[in-house]
Amino acid sequence: MNSAGYEVCEVLSGQSFRCAEGQSVLQAMEAQGKRCVPVGCRGGGCGLCKVRVLGGDYRRGRMSCHHVPPGLASQGLALACQVFPQSDLSIECLRRNGEGDKNNKMKKEVPS
Amino acid sequence: MKKGVMRPGHIQLRVLNLESALAHYRDLLGLIEVDRDDFGRVYLKAWTEVDKFSLVLREADEPGMDFMGFKVVDDECLVRLTQDLIDYGCLIETIPAGELRGCGRRVRFQAPSGHFFELYADKQYTGKWGVEEINPEAWPRNLQGMRVVRFDHALMYGDELPATYDLFTKVLGFYLAEQVLDEDGTRVAQFLSLSTKAHDVAFIHHPEKGRFHHVSFYLETWEDVLRAADLISMTDTSIDIGPTRHGLTHGKTIYFFDPSGNRNEVFCGGDYNYQDHKPVTWMAKDLGKAIFYHDRVLNERFLTVLT
Repeated sequence: MNSAGYEVCEVLSGQSFRCAEGQSVLQAMEAQGKRCVPVGCRGGGCGLCKVRVLGGDYRRGRMSCHHVPPGLASQGLALACQVFPQSDLSIECLRRNGEGDKNNKMKKEVPS
Repeated sequence: MKKGVMRPGHIQLRVLNLESALAHYRDLLGLIEVDRDDFGRVYLKAWTEVDKFSLVLREADEPGMDFMGFKVVDDECLVRLTQDLIDYGCLIETIPAGELRGCGRRVRFQAPSGHFFELYADKQYTGKWGVEEINPEAWPRNLQGMRVVRFDHALMYGDELPATYDLFTKVLGFYLAEQVLDEDGTRVAQFLSLSTKAHDVAFIHHPEKGRFHHVSFYLETWEDVLRAADLISMTDTSIDIGPTRHGLTHGKTIYFFDPSGNRNEVFCGGDYNYQDHKPVTWMAKDLGKAIFYHDRVLNERFLTVLT
């Protein structure tokens, strides 16, 4: 890790952003105006920001077993608001179509 | 209150982490911690409430609502309503006095919407918190955070709205205060009340049963709502939307999330009803304005984010 944190890449949108030590993937994404993962409760409860972590090391916060059954954690299934990178990370958003925050989509996308 | 059901009395919420939830509900909302039990549950109340507790927090792997309880006028009424629920076809579970510390016998049933509700007649009367019983001052001076006044209502998402309406109005004596109708005249939202309040419990149609949308706490003024918004920013609490006004009920409101993703509302104002009032109707095609009166556009998150 360097002082600027870790690089997180969302593979479907091709967007990437920096995530500081101790910051969640979703928090970093929102702070930098990216919208590649839909934002819900930010507390591990609603499941809107569900992603699959494809590569990299990270710490997991607590998340609802309704959305992430314990057995699927080993397959990288997680809620982005509870993923804390410990290396560069690549993730895949699992809620691309339909369920999302239309308010977010109406706003101008910040170029990567 | 036609059948003796008086008011919302308590709600039990599941949280992923008890300590962070407590910091949220106690230090930010300003509820008062009143007790804990052997199951690890924490009991809280708002300062104007006369009974011992109104919010119970339980740590679990999945956030959401365990149940919401309504207080009925007396034990005779509880016995009668229990029989009425059975006759109506509800499965009843009786929970003995003391299972929630300070609360009498509770009668639990599941609404067709999938949510669990309970009725009870007795709870330890501890009086308003921080003020004397005789010659009470206007408010206690040592309240925290938003200083919420009372647990006011909750909104449930689930299916079978007509059957739920039937149960709540015919058996429990609620009336329809406000509704949202779609083009076919189907009711997609129902705000039910026991009192002159705009709602004591509300339901919005959703294909999945038993989901929880929000628990709401009352504030006195718009200034208090703005102050709550300031505190939400100061504490970097996850915000949903607001401060704004609802079309439905016309309440002035802000929505945010507890650390486990359960949605909270604090609000002030809003409409009132008496027995001669007709239900207020909004059309589903105007739902943006019905929900967010100023933006007039629906925030998708408000409809899809549930616990």
